[in-house]
Amino acid sequence: MAQDIALTVNGRSVRVSALETTPLLDVLRNQLDLKGARYGCGLEQCGSCMVLLDGEPIYACSREVGTVAGRSVTTIEGLGTAVQPHPLQQAFLDEQAGQCGYCLSGIVISAKALLDRNPAPTRADIATALDKNLCRCGAHPRILRAVEKAAAMLRGGQGA
Amino acid sequence: MSDTLPLSIQNNRRMEQWIRFEPDRTVRLAVGKVELGQGNVTALAQIAADELDVAPERIAVLSGDTEEAPDEGQTTGSQSIEVSGRSVRLVSAELRARVLDRLAQRLNCSPAELTVENGVFRRGDAPTGHDYWNFTTAEDFARDIEGDATPKPHTAYRYVGQPLPRRDLPAKLSGRGFIHDMTRPDMLHARILRQPCRGARLASLDETALRRAERGEFRVVRVGDFVAFAGDDEAVVQRAAAAAPLHAKWDNVPRITPDQQEAEWLVGQPSNDRVLGDALPAAETANVVTASYSRPYVAHASMAPSCALAEYRNGHLSVWSHTQGVYPLRTALASVLGIAQDTITVRHAHGAGCYGHNGADDAAVDAAVIAMQIPDRCIRVQWRREEEFGFEPVGPAMHITLRAALDETGKPVDWTADIWSPTHVQRPSSGGNLLTHEALPTPPPEPRPTDPPEANGGGGTRNAFPLYDIAARRVVHHLVLRAPVRTSALRGLGALPNVFAIECFMDELAERAGIDPVEYRLSLLSDPRARRLVENIAQRCGWSSRRPAGSGRGLGLGWAQYKNRAAYCAVAVELDVDQEVRLRRIWCAADAGLVINPDGARNQLEGGIVQAASMVLKEQVRMEGEGITSLDWAGYPILGFSEVPEIDTEIIHAPDLPTLGMGECSFGPTAAAIGNAVAHALGARIRDMPFTRERIEAALLR
Repeated sequence: MAQDIALTVNGRSVRVSALETTPLLDVLRNQLDLKGARYGCGLEQCGSCMVLLDGEPIYACSREVGTVAGRSVTTIEGLGTAVQPHPLQQAFLDEQAGQCGYCLSGIVISAKALLDRNPAPTRADIATALDKNLCRCGAHPRILRAVEKAAAMLRGGQGA
Repeated sequence: MSDTLPLSIQNNRRMEQWIRFEPDRTVRLAVGKVELGQGNVTALAQIAADELDVAPERIAVLSGDTEEAPDEGQTTGSQSIEVSGRSVRLVSAELRARVLDRLAQRLNCSPAELTVENGVFRRGDAPTGHDYWNFTTAEDFARDIEGDATPKPHTAYRYVGQPLPRRDLPAKLSGRGFIHDMTRPDMLHARILRQPCRGARLASLDETALRRAERGEFRVVRVGDFVAFAGDDEAVVQRAAAAAPLHAKWDNVPRITPDQQEAEWLVGQPSNDRVLGDALPAAETANVVTASYSRPYVAHASMAPSCALAEYRNGHLSVWSHTQGVYPLRTALASVLGIAQDTITVRHAHGAGCYGHNGADDAAVDAAVIAMQIPDRCIRVQWRREEEFGFEPVGPAMHITLRAALDETGKPVDWTADIWSPTHVQRPSSGGNLLTHEALPTPPPEPRPTDPPEANGGGGTRNAFPLYDIAARRVVHHLVLRAPVRTSALRGLGALPNVFAIECFMDELAERAGIDPVEYRLSLLSDPRARRLVENIAQRCGWSSRRPAGSGRGLGLGWAQYKNRAAYCAVAVELDVDQEVRLRRIWCAADAGLVINPDGARNQLEGGIVQAASMVLKEQVRMEGEGITSLDWAGYPILGFSEVPEIDTEIIHAPDLPTLGMGECSFGPTAAAIGNAVAHALGARIRDMPFTRERIEAALLR
């Protein structure tokens, strides 16, 4: 039976009607029209679906929506827009950090979680944090540079 | 003139197929090549901007559309800039010249007195009151494209050669931009129960058990052995499709044995054999060396499982696909569905990077077949992860034996490559090679394997001829007739295995001759562009201070000219090996003539390096029993962020030379450089990809 489930998404309270076992990813994409979190594997292996749950990065593909009732979910749409990008999105654009771009939502979310807890990560810290995300195009060197740049911007060091 | 026109113009001679001036003072440039993540659409706009003298922001590019855009075939083979770019340049230059000629007549002046600034025409310093939008008339578009206008010299470019940012990235970084994100009115989600292989017959499908197990509403669409689940709730159809194989029984499924997944299995299989180059027999000298190299089957492994939308309304079928070729897909759809081409529209929508022929076209046919069964609804097919890994056509395995007859100084005077490979291209040109078609009541005949002709760069023979000064060179191509699974185009086709083999063999020959590998190569290399790259990369990677072999740290290099006629690329790799390989640093040098967008070029070079490194170090499609068994990222691991080193890329400035396709040029050299660096680190050579821990241990024990 579908349940009424209340949660906060990108700072707004929403109610959805879904089976508790429905993947959070399905609810975000099909009920809330938030397409940023993407289906890649459904197995917590590629990270394309990553969102923040109360600030922690999780895989939305396998997370049952019933378990996030009353909690706060942030998707890439909650960070910024094409017109008003978050410093992470801006840094990715500045570095042209991506090729096809399919993996980028999840990578930006992973990076956001990292920078929230470690504002001055080393390149190795960033790479370790992003090991949860796969990129097939081979844009890794630019993506690592973009996260370093965003960290500097967020610290106010340059170009913020 | 027309015999020298690029194919894209020969096939699309009407000017309005390419360029229109829109009422909102923008330019619509329509092209047949599509964005696959490689940035080609941004680069094509740069070319048009310079030739028309219109700022790139004012040029909207429409790409891949059977109603609105020219037919440029497939977006493959690093041809977007080389062929489509050349076409856009000629078309834009010709349109500009036609319009200015007419304006000159009107003003009774010479066209040379006229200039264009962001689409506005001036005579000397004075405004003319005219621009593309108020002056251009049907007359300018009436004549076929002649291709006889003179494009600008490269010294006049404002936009070409600049690192303009990609047009599609802002949307893709803010939650939009992919076919997967499209929604349409009356949309139904659909999933497929895949026929295990060609010829398999669905003996039974226990729908009752499936419905009992998977609660929720869904329809079952069945046409022959094609089965799909469609419904309003995506989660429901996803669960139904995931569970369906448990409730389905198939007959006539041949078993694959594990030896068939190895490249070595190919040798001796029935094949079509051809000898290219110098005739056999190969020359004999006192010193003949042979060695065999291989690559297994590899996956495109796109981040996004394939997706397509289709709707059949009022006798017209509309399909959205991330296909590499909307027109060939339309031809295939007409053939599969038995309907006229002019009742079908195929539009390109962005997918994840495909790196060749993956599940895109198959998913489009899936959606179309369902749409014909459920008219007036939009059918959205989303492949599952295990479906993409299990059913996309894979890059073929290759087994290569090289033989060199050496002179008394240890230099090759006669070179033979024996190449065993299944076909590299089975695109759905006329309806064959499509999964869905094979499951329908009237499946197509089994396709006869062919490989692309050498004039198009070849398939298994791509880059098979070494570009060294060797008196006699030949390639014996064994096109293996039957592979255990469907194979098709994957980035570079045979180039990666062939360059790996050639450049590793060169290191081995140099070692035998007691000559430094760089010096050995240069002594056999006359092409100045190639020499320059090899010297450049050797200098930058610190080749002269290379350690002795066997220290655990290796430095290796390799180079190639892609297809032996496109861009030149050299790569050097420094790495450590203990139980596995750790990449430390990579250098790349490339010469692609005139580079339209240097940042896009750099992105392609580096992406090719990372992807090739991943393939060499990790990748092999596993198969046994009913088919492919590497069905997720745990079974098919790829290189991760912690494993990717810094890459130092240099693009040789050569704007006065024609643009050479470069999207695939770093692939082979990277594989070769890793092969040579690992051999240098270990003091022992591994000739079979991927370089697994077992192979490293075995090499050390030899």
